[in-house]
Amino acid sequence: MNEPRVGFIAAAACLMARDLRLALRRAGDSLLPVGFFIVVTTLYPLALDPSLSALRDIAPAALWVGALLSSLLALDLLFRDDAQDGALEQLALCGQSFAGLLLAKTAVHWLLTGLPLVLVGPLIAIALGAPYAAMAGILAALLLGTVALSLIGAVGAGLTLSLRRNGPLLALLVLPLAAPVLIFGARATALAVQGEPIAAPLYLLAAIAVLFATLSPWALAAAVRIGLE
Amino acid sequence: MAWVWFHRFGSPPHFYRLARRLTPWFGWPALILCLAGLIGGLGLAPRDYQQGEGFRIIYVHAPAAWLSLMVYVVMATSAAVGLIWRINVGHAVAASCAPIGASFTVLALATGMLYGRPMWGTYWEWDPRLTSELLLLFLYLGYMALRSAIDDVARADRASAVLAIVGVVDVPIIHYSVIWWNSLHQAPTVMKFGRPSMPASMLVPLLLMLAGFTFYFAALLLTRARGEILRRERNAHWIAAALEES
Repeated sequence: MNEPRVGFIAAAACLMARDLRLALRRAGDSLLPVGFFIVVTTLYPLALDPSLSALRDIAPAALWVGALLSSLLALDLLFRDDAQDGALEQLALCGQSFAGLLLAKTAVHWLLTGLPLVLVGPLIAIALGAPYAAMAGILAALLLGTVALSLIGAVGAGLTLSLRRNGPLLALLVLPLAAPVLIFGARATALAVQGEPIAAPLYLLAAIAVLFATLSPWALAAAVRIGLE
Repeated sequence: MAWVWFHRFGSPPHFYRLARRLTPWFGWPALILCLAGLIGGLGLAPRDYQQGEGFRIIYVHAPAAWLSLMVYVVMATSAAVGLIWRINVGHAVAASCAPIGASFTVLALATGMLYGRPMWGTYWEWDPRLTSELLLLFLYLGYMALRSAIDDVARADRASAVLAIVGVVDVPIIHYSVIWWNSLHQAPTVMKFGRPSMPASMLVPLLLMLAGFTFYFAALLLTRARGEILRRERNAHWIAAALEES
């Protein structure tokens, strides 16, 4: 392995800038997951009684199941192109910390597909009957939750990298692992909608996000290396 | 060298012979312990004054639930051994663990549902323990699906090892989050498993069954691992000699 000529921060910043530029050139791809999120949550009033009082009860569930599925859908964008054109292999060989670089990639991925969910989520919650006072709480819960979902999802995406058709398998791998995020996220949202303090589930969500941020880069690097072999 | 035994353990012929020698030492005690436990549990233990005869299903349910978790830990540990020291036997053992663990999980779920029918009045209640057991089953299925989706054995081994290690870190989080989820929900608790201290006539058969199931798992695992090693090493020279010995 050759000695890197630039520091890790510079390399990671360069990689993030590249990923952002690539994504912005094809902005449609990155907006697809949030579009899916909006469409899925719109289906609930159609399938259910459209009165706001009935929707308010299912708003947390609709929001979080939608966010979970949408982040699952978005995982396809994370490594697919870079694995096909060999960019990932270059990253693995460039001498920088592979785990760190992949964490940087995941951060950009969250910026492009997670952050839109965080911004749109509270609006959808209000459309589903949540009070305006709940917006801040829902925003905070989605912020922590989508970070955790991107991190654990990235490991799943890395594991299925070498498979051609991986959609259902990815769902089977990631969804059980993401169950705690769903539980505490929906719980925090439900408490926010009811106007009660949401600190407890938020702390737990934050703990999960920090744990995943600490451990998943190593699992991610191992998984992607195996996929590249 | 202190590590010689460890690397000998990792040599397929050595492990194969060791497994064959050890299997009866686990299999026969398993049979005896389970028989004793069943006689004690189904025959000698008094009926529960609240739950009647229905509680006796615990003699299968509790050991199955215990093993469903333990097998996952064994699977992740041997997968980690395989991944870190590049010991193929570790991967073979992990691969053999998955179907056994999934079967114990299904057994725990099925007996839990049968238990729930007289206790809750319904087969399925979103009880935290049952729910986390269901998620555990999904984890096993995901592990097996990933393994079978990758054609190359070496790559399947290593990818599924990473998944098992991630899973074993996540399993406690899933378990406790599900438990807290339910307690936060204030779900109507039809029936509480407040564990009163069991009288010895109930507890001893349960412990016998726990030990019996664990021995049974060990015997099953060794047998499966032998099959797995034979399949993987089918072109190796030592196999003919090893098969002739038996």
